[in-house]
Amino acid sequence: MAYIISIIPALLAGVKITLLLFLGTIIMAIPLGIITSLGLLSAIKPLKLILKFYIWIMRGTPLLLQLIFIFYGLPIIGIIFQRYDAALVALVMNYTAYFAEIFRGGFQSIPKGQYESAHVLQLNYWQTLRYIIIPQVSKIVIPAIGNEVINLIKDTSLVYVIGLGELLRAGNVASARDVTLIPLVMVGIIYLLITGMISFLLKRIELNYSKWK
Amino acid sequence: MLELKNITKKFGSKIILNNLNLTILDQQILAIVGSSGAGKTTLLRCLTGLEKIDAGHFYWNQREFNPIEQNKNKQIMGVVFQNYELFPNLNVIDNITLAPRLVLKNTPQELQTAVQKLLLELDLTGKERLYPYQLSGGQKQRVAIARALAMKPQILCYDEPTSALDPALRNKVAKIILQLKNNTGMTQIVVTHDMEFAKQIADRIFTVNTLAN
Repeated sequence: MAYIISIIPALLAGVKITLLLFLGTIIMAIPLGIITSLGLLSAIKPLKLILKFYIWIMRGTPLLLQLIFIFYGLPIIGIIFQRYDAALVALVMNYTAYFAEIFRGGFQSIPKGQYESAHVLQLNYWQTLRYIIIPQVSKIVIPAIGNEVINLIKDTSLVYVIGLGELLRAGNVASARDVTLIPLVMVGIIYLLITGMISFLLKRIELNYSKWK
Repeated sequence: MLELKNITKKFGSKIILNNLNLTILDQQILAIVGSSGAGKTTLLRCLTGLEKIDAGHFYWNQREFNPIEQNKNKQIMGVVFQNYELFPNLNVIDNITLAPRLVLKNTPQELQTAVQKLLLELDLTGKERLYPYQLSGGQKQRVAIARALAMKPQILCYDEPTSALDPALRNKVAKIILQLKNNTGMTQIVVTHDMEFAKQIADRIFTVNTLAN
């Protein structure tokens, strides 16, 4: 027990990085995903092509490689990020691509009549999106977004590759130093607690949307 | 008075409306009848700005107007869609008040007075907090009428208002349309394939052959 208590501060420091990366990515990647999906559905062909290319790259290469490229590769052309910033940029860029594809599917499933109805009521584009379309799209995409959100919390562990001390790395360091698996078991329990809380929150959000069909 | 002069609408090489001229007098109920695919709904969509015409002009009280860019302070056309197109994420009251609140900038007091009157007239009292999926077909249609009327249009258009209704509800819609005429003198355009219904409500009937010119 005394050993467990002794490694808690190190693990909590790791949890802090993990949660900061997770929240930072969610806050930025969801709105960017919505904007990107609108770009994918726009009539501007060059924009669509650029966004499709971006999504192809982000979904077609491993996140680990993207992390390495952003932290170690970009300095070659003079773009230098701190470790945390590099991790955040990579996660946001990667998850924006996935969210964009999910939202694109959501937007495409809204009947044309909803847009027309808003149009004859003279709602402008943003009012239509804000009050009519995005709430309906959100309800449709929540299960898929939920899966990605759970994946994200686990994917934050990949930032060890650029030397950032998140939760798994903190557990690994303690495990190697003290030659015991206890830190890694604790890391597993902490991940389960975090994903459990996120799943609970997602269920509440789903429940909130279930009052209309 | 609404005037349509030399309206032409094509889909590709297919001419749907060919040099159409039509005048609709104030307080008149015009029924446009005809078989499916004859162009009656297309005409309604052109009038309400949902389709762009290829040639021709629209005049409202001798002043030309473009249905695609209606004046927000004085909406000319209101529409009740065939399948109502209520917003599923909004309850009855929000479906009715969203556009007047955002577009007409009605105050809460103005909204409340107007909405209570509409709910009473359209037999929707007590349904304020229900969502569209909780309403019957007839109730949905009455909410769609209330939503269109809340924007204070000069002309109210209906697309196939009886297509999904049983005979009893059909008579109820006819009563509402006639009541609107008697109480407010509103000009109304009703697209329908139902000749009996057209005879029941209309001051004037246009058949597809008239439209085809």
